[in-house]
Amino acid sequence: MALSVQIQKKAGDFQLDVDFTAGTGEALALLGASGCGKSMTLKCIAGVERPDRGRIVLDGEVLYDSERGVCVPPQRRRIGYLFQNYALFPHMTAAQNIAAGARHMEASQRKERVAQLVSQLGLEGKERLRPFQLSGGQQQRVALARILASEPRAMLLDEPFSALDTYLKWRLELEMRDILSLFQGPVVWVSHDQGEVYRNCARVCVLDQGKSSPAAGVRELLANPVTVSAARISGCKNYVPVRPGPRPGTVEIPLWGLTLEAAAPWREGVSVLGIHARHVQPAGKDARNAFFCETVQVTEDVSAMLAALRPKGAEPDAPLLRMELDKDVWAAMPDHKGFWVSVEPENLLLLE
Amino acid sequence: MMDWYPLWNSVRIAGISTIIVFFSGICAAYYVAKAPRLVKGALDALLTLPLVLPPTVVGYLLLLVLGPKRGLGAFALEVFHVRLTMTWWSAVFAAAAVAFPLMYRTARGAFESFDETLAYAGKTLGLSNSYIFWRIRMPVCRQGILAGTVLSFARALGEYGATSMIAGYIPGRTATIATAVYQFWRTNDDAAALRWVLVNLGISAAVLLVVNLLERKNREERKWL
Repeated sequence: MALSVQIQKKAGDFQLDVDFTAGTGEALALLGASGCGKSMTLKCIAGVERPDRGRIVLDGEVLYDSERGVCVPPQRRRIGYLFQNYALFPHMTAAQNIAAGARHMEASQRKERVAQLVSQLGLEGKERLRPFQLSGGQQQRVALARILASEPRAMLLDEPFSALDTYLKWRLELEMRDILSLFQGPVVWVSHDQGEVYRNCARVCVLDQGKSSPAAGVRELLANPVTVSAARISGCKNYVPVRPGPRPGTVEIPLWGLTLEAAAPWREGVSVLGIHARHVQPAGKDARNAFFCETVQVTEDVSAMLAALRPKGAEPDAPLLRMELDKDVWAAMPDHKGFWVSVEPENLLLLE
Repeated sequence: MMDWYPLWNSVRIAGISTIIVFFSGICAAYYVAKAPRLVKGALDALLTLPLVLPPTVVGYLLLLVLGPKRGLGAFALEVFHVRLTMTWWSAVFAAAAVAFPLMYRTARGAFESFDETLAYAGKTLGLSNSYIFWRIRMPVCRQGILAGTVLSFARALGEYGATSMIAGYIPGRTATIATAVYQFWRTNDDAAALRWVLVNLGISAAVLLVVNLLERKNREERKWL
């Protein structure tokens, strides 16, 4: 059981081009900023939108194939879709909503199945309430119960926690994992939150302006991003153009007038250097990769100091270097106007 | 003793035209709401036209088509020996024509504010398109559709201009409340005219009250969504 998706679709100026496969029982994350085509991708998989070109195959059954002119209607795809706003039917009770997912069963069976799902998802006592009388978390569970009632072969989750308060998220994430364990097929989990993906998915496919990159392991991707969009998702804040340095093992940053040692070997296609704000640390002037900076601006954050630095010798319009320091480290520094900093060679990210 | 025929005739004309307009208006609204923008604009203008045209213009156009000398009217007379004008049910044509835009526009508004993800959800759950239309789209839009129905009924009941042209005023046969008021006033029977005016006021006020109630209920439900 696997879901493989290769589709292209043009909508105005926007070009969607995604290619990934989600395996059995696997939660594959589709990660990207809002407006990068995540929801459109899910709609194409579910069959409520039609791609221009490509192929969608689930468990060996072709659901869409532009070359062979196949496009199975959504009703016969049996793909569960958890919408961002849950899309509960507002005029039906919770139980009626769940039963609407089980209409392929006989009436007596349906009743049993609804009762079973109500107890499995902890919705006892809520059966007769309408969606607007339920909390966000309960609405989500009704929507999931309704999907499970329809016996889907694959499941699509569209930003499952975006409609919820942050303090509720953690508990609901645990619940979601329990609920997903009731389900055997592939799951596509759309998100813009790297933490959520890190905690819940093993593999991730990054979507950047409609284009997908090959799926990679989540830990590997966030630790060693190879593209700017992956680095951005991993929380990297500094980007500056880069080229190979004069000696092997070095890189040159023309805008900052710097040459630094990099642990990763140079490779074809690299054009940008990424540096996490946390990896910029004050250092002695003889330290490896040390360079002198002037402070442009300092901001106090909740748990850290954020400093915007200009490396000495930088061009006037060069990007500033963002540094994030613990408050006590900042306070212990003798001079806040200008000081030496360094970035360890293994912390220089060579990005495409 | 008052002759209640105009009341009965008005109610039956308004009732029948409301039923016609209910289905045709919803159909038109459903397809126009889904149509591409250019088609939408053109169709919308065409379907709303009877609302802004003087009823006499609508009556004249109807007579062109249904009158015994030309078109459908001539055909019906020749083949079925039926006159399409000057009978009580001729007024249904007039009432339906002027009430149609009200039903159509209110239903279209309701359909356009319908959250399409509900239909998507229904499809991915395996629900048939007709289930989605009758059991999801219509109930969710019911307030707007009900309001449109009541408004159409009220408009059909008050129709005068086109009705008087196509059905005339024949006491006991084609007389409606609206045409009766005009006739009684014209023949200086002020007392009778006033009686019908009061009847009409009562019915219209009741109808508008119902519309207001529906709208308030609608707002309260929306607050929760």
